Amino acid sequence: MSDKSEPKELKEAREAPLKAGGTPDVAPPLPEAKETPEGKTAADVAPGLPATTGLEAEVIGTRTGMFGQRDTGDTSGYGGLVRTVTMPAPATRPYGSWFDAAADTLGETLSGQGTRVDEAIESVVVDRDELTLNVRREHLVAVCAALRDEPDLRFELLSGVSGVHFPQEIGRELHAVYHLLSITHNRRVRLEVTAPDSDPHIPSVVSVYPTADWHERETWDFFGIIFDGHPALTRIQMPDDWPGHPQRKDYPLGGIPVEYKGAVIPPPDVRRSYS
Amino acid sequence: MSEATVEEGRVFTASGGDWADIAEESLGEERIVVNMGPQHPSTHGVLRLILEIDGETVTEARCGIGYLHTGIEKNMEYRTWTQGVTFCTRMDYLTPLYQEAAYCLGVERLLGITDEVPERATVVRVLLMELNRIASHLVALATGGMEIGALTVMTVGFRAREQVLKLFELITGLRMNHAFIRPGGLAQDLPPGTIDSIRGAMPEIRRGIADIEKLANENPIVKARLVDIGYLDLTGCIALGMTGPILRSTGLPHDLRKTQPYCGYETYDFEVQTWDTCDAYGRLRIRINEMWESLKIVEQCLQRLSAMGPGPVMIADRKIAWPAQLAIGGDGMGNSLDHIKEIMGTSMEALIHHFKLVTEGFRVPPGQVYQAVESPRGELAVHLVSDGGTRPYRAHFRDPSFVNLQAVAVMCEGGLLADVIAAVASIDPVMGGVDR
Repeated sequence: MSDKSEPKELKEAREAPLKAGGTPDVAPPLPEAKETPEGKTAADVAPGLPATTGLEAEVIGTRTGMFGQRDTGDTSGYGGLVRTVTMPAPATRPYGSWFDAAADTLGETLSGQGTRVDEAIESVVVDRDELTLNVRREHLVAVCAALRDEPDLRFELLSGVSGVHFPQEIGRELHAVYHLLSITHNRRVRLEVTAPDSDPHIPSVVSVYPTADWHERETWDFFGIIFDGHPALTRIQMPDDWPGHPQRKDYPLGGIPVEYKGAVIPPPDVRRSYS
Repeated sequence: MSEATVEEGRVFTASGGDWADIAEESLGEERIVVNMGPQHPSTHGVLRLILEIDGETVTEARCGIGYLHTGIEKNMEYRTWTQGVTFCTRMDYLTPLYQEAAYCLGVERLLGITDEVPERATVVRVLLMELNRIASHLVALATGGMEIGALTVMTVGFRAREQVLKLFELITGLRMNHAFIRPGGLAQDLPPGTIDSIRGAMPEIRRGIADIEKLANENPIVKARLVDIGYLDLTGCIALGMTGPILRSTGLPHDLRKTQPYCGYETYDFEVQTWDTCDAYGRLRIRINEMWESLKIVEQCLQRLSAMGPGPVMIADRKIAWPAQLAIGGDGMGNSLDHIKEIMGTSMEALIHHFKLVTEGFRVPPGQVYQAVESPRGELAVHLVSDGGTRPYRAHFRDPSFVNLQAVAVMCEGGLLADVIAAVASIDPVMGGVDR
């Protein structure tokens, strides 16, 4: 380990999109002209998910400079380093291990119900031995029902609904992440649904997984995602009349500055950052 | 549109001896909604049970939670990955090592270093987790016993738990909320004499568990209070997302240590405990049996540690490994003088690494991961999202108590008020995990 020429995590960040089958970590083109799946049918043998939707790896941001500080003069030269940071790219077929068979089964089930698979599933990400399906919110309940009921899939248990807020992803700010566990087949899968800030509605899956009740309440409470069809979408952790949604990135952490004699330590979200 | 008015419920002032008059004239057909908690000695923490009762029968039961919410998940977004351990450990305060383990395993998966964590660190993690399972189950049984009136069970249980807490203090320095498991390994190695101390504490712990067994297992009052109480069959459990002793009381042997092993659990010899009555009594028996299984695993860990000999407890990659070494000096525990001599005297790189790792922290490649462990209450999992930075972009914990509490309504409606206590005790929620 000690003779690695570059820090391990940089190497990982560079290699992760490659492992997932996406583009290497250079500034990727913006996803303007997506190739439609019809143009890919030659490569896409199974009637399941599209080989690629043409989406490139999601760009999170650009990191400049090697070290954390920005203002002091850095004469090392590393200050000029510019790196794009991307999330793991959408995967192309074959996904590996059981993912392909599951994707095929899901695709067949959805097609059998009359839903176009490429409409329901935006993209598939295979990263760190986990399968993530990016599902369009209109088809979320159908996908969940298919995943729960198909004998080859049988994801009986919904582990949890988690919210994530990406304020920089205009149009896809609010993510709701569903983790499903199949006790029968001993597998896990993740569903990720997005909603824009301007229309933060996602259909509720309580009809398919009753355990989602409190999870969706908590996600509403902390992120403001409105789950349509939820029996009683009220605040669960915060006091019932609390304004705002605390775990959003634009909500302050809060806290009273600690006062010393002649100095004040501000709350953590406004302190000096080393990175 | 009529203007909205705030309606208060009607307030009755009973001044003694006049309840019959109030009930007759005012309540009549009205429903009585009673708050049990959040301040209540028997509701397992700051849990508010909103019960609509008809005499002694509960017709509707709902949970109000959030009284212990301290914003741990949001706070973790403003601290480095290593500092996150100190936050997540305080969620479910009876099983702190499980949160730490789940979080650190998740970070290690994001970093891709799961295979590089030293074996000694993994064995100690298993040892600490199983000791924590024993401590947590002892609290569950002790408080459960107290809540149904078996006060001796409480004293016996807490006395046995003291032994485990003493061991934790010896190993990690703290009795609770240790922040001992760090991404990459452990904070420190085991102090000398640990294995002998653990072996020395075992008889006392065994005696405590055996005493609880003798007090509770065949006790007719315990059976009368717990048998067929809090019934939730397999369909209900899966629909409501139950895991842990509640799911295993239906007979399904679902245990993540066996089905999706982590930390080398597939190499340990233990049985998954189930019961088939789906009631609170089954969960009692499962918890006691799981404690015996945990003792078996602790024995196996001690054998492995004796056979293994000394070794590192942090990964070798110096870009991630926590740099500070602690030692006990003249004035208590602090940075070891050898480490200070090295970073201040001999190695500039060590100083830089120490400084950058402690202030900035290591960077974790972008992506997300879901890491689950089998905590005493069920599936404890963490969903970590990294944006490539030194801080978690999002750390969400799927706490088993949070999910398991949804069953309160199903378990209690239609039963007696006293059975609500027994059912909630069998769910064993810890409000720190529920509220986070």
